[in-house]
Amino acid sequence: MKEAWLFTVQRLSALVLAPLVLLHLGVILYAVRDGLSAEEILARTQGSQLWGVVYGLFVFAAAIHAPIGLRAVLREWVGWRGAGLDIAMGLFGLLLLALGLRALAAVL
Amino acid sequence: MRHGSWWAFLLHRLSGVALAVFLPFHFFVLGLAVERAALNDVLDWADNLWVKLAEAGLVVLLALHLTGGVRVLLLEFGRWSDRQQSRIALAGGLALLAGFGFLAAAFA
Amino acid sequence: MTARATKSRSRAGRIGGVSGSIVKCICPRGVKTGYDWSVMAALEVEIWRGEGNDGSWRCYAVPHQANQTVLDVVTHVQRHIDPSLAYRFACRVGMCGSCAMTVNGRPRWTCRTHVSRVSRKGRLRISPLRNLPVIRDLAVDMAPFFEKWRDAEARFVPSPVPVEEPVRPGEPARKAADAGIECINCAICYAACDSVAWNPDYPGPAALNRLWTLVNDRRDGDQDGHLEAAGTGCHLCRSHQECAEVCPTNLNPTTAIAGLKREVFRRTLARPPWEGRQ
Ligand code: SF4
Ligand code: FES
Repeated sequence: MKEAWLFTVQRLSALVLAPLVLLHLGVILYAVRDGLSAEEILARTQGSQLWGVVYGLFVFAAAIHAPIGLRAVLREWVGWRGAGLDIAMGLFGLLLLALGLRALAAVL
Repeated sequence: MRHGSWWAFLLHRLSGVALAVFLPFHFFVLGLAVERAALNDVLDWADNLWVKLAEAGLVVLLALHLTGGVRVLLLEFGRWSDRQQSRIALAGGLALLAGFGFLAAAFA
Repeated sequence: MTARATKSRSRAGRIGGVSGSIVKCICPRGVKTGYDWSVMAALEVEIWRGEGNDGSWRCYAVPHQANQTVLDVVTHVQRHIDPSLAYRFACRVGMCGSCAMTVNGRPRWTCRTHVSRVSRKGRLRISPLRNLPVIRDLAVDMAPFFEKWRDAEARFVPSPVPVEEPVRPGEPARKAADAGIECINCAICYAACDSVAWNPDYPGPAALNRLWTLVNDRRDGDQDGHLEAAGTGCHLCRSHQECAEVCPTNLNPTTAIAGLKREVFRRTLARPPWEGRQ
């Protein structure tokens, strides 16, 4: 039951992430044309609700997707299983969420 | 015994792990935007060649993980009855990788 | 006529499903053996010998014959060179699935594998199947393979109510089931699968392939139970597709497992956890 849920959530977050990653790659290529500066990044993002919503969704989906994927790798390649791993991955997800939302708040 | 699908899996997994490790740093640096000077310091540091190369590598990793993910989604949610699909996804991945590698190199 | 294994170089390592010291052997081709070696080329056959995990490679010279199978080679060794060699076979025609071994690094059904197709420069390396405990020599303990099959509930549950509507060969579900029913339970896919090696709780390609045929069988009365069972393991398939690559009857368990994943995905979304289990 738990595994089925993690699998389902992992695929759902992947479906959300796929178009966002494509968009992000486009933004990266556009943004780095002539060097990065804080002013340039902020000029693009500040006060834009659309950026806020899109990148907010991005942060949420990534904070779900990365820990589940990492959990699978640690189980299979490191042999770390059980509650300790699940707690660690939960904390990793929260860390990503906190840092991601902080970054979002900083540039908006 | 290793064939296309297995290598596609490996690239997908390794790029995923690398991205999961990178993500907290990425968010952390962006979070510095509140103090513009701090972010600009980081961005200046990021101006040197090695860091640029590493960043180009990250762009490629993201593109790679996206393609690998699309392969998984196509295999699982598409109704392909044939293993040729994975070859197609792999070819698509290589094409995308080459394209982004080229662009990233051009901007580095 | 026993060929001597010469210990010229040894190192620790893993080949097939066994670990231990690997002895490079050089078969003396010139030995007098009762065969006319000038007309009959000798095969240089390395076979894994040992109990459980401990063992080593031993080398045998076996005459090469037209249309010879790998099982013929193993049988020759046992009948004419070393009667203590343990291996398993039954039907010799590719139906029972008991003769699987690792041949030159890849799991195969030995009774239907021609030496001429797989030998490299007259050399064969034969070891027990991977991912299963070795009993002795080439015989593995198949119990874990079937126990996981049982635990995955991959068995037919007759529908309590008679199925009135006849099952037509052309209907999509029947076609999906038909695509997977020729499994001979050889465990070749199980031996080839990295997910099996990496996850002690992964049922393996064959069991999940069987589960998918049942999910598509209208006469089966426990679709939901099958999907519940599938939900605990099918996501561990990483679509390496090694199983499809090696299956001797050309099944594609990865496709079957993808079907299970789709249904598990749908079923999980259809019943959110806050609604409790039905
Ligand atoms: S699916 Fe193919 S390889 Fe696997 S046990 Fe059945 S016949 Fe053997
Ligand atoms: S001996 Fe029966 S399948 Fe090979």
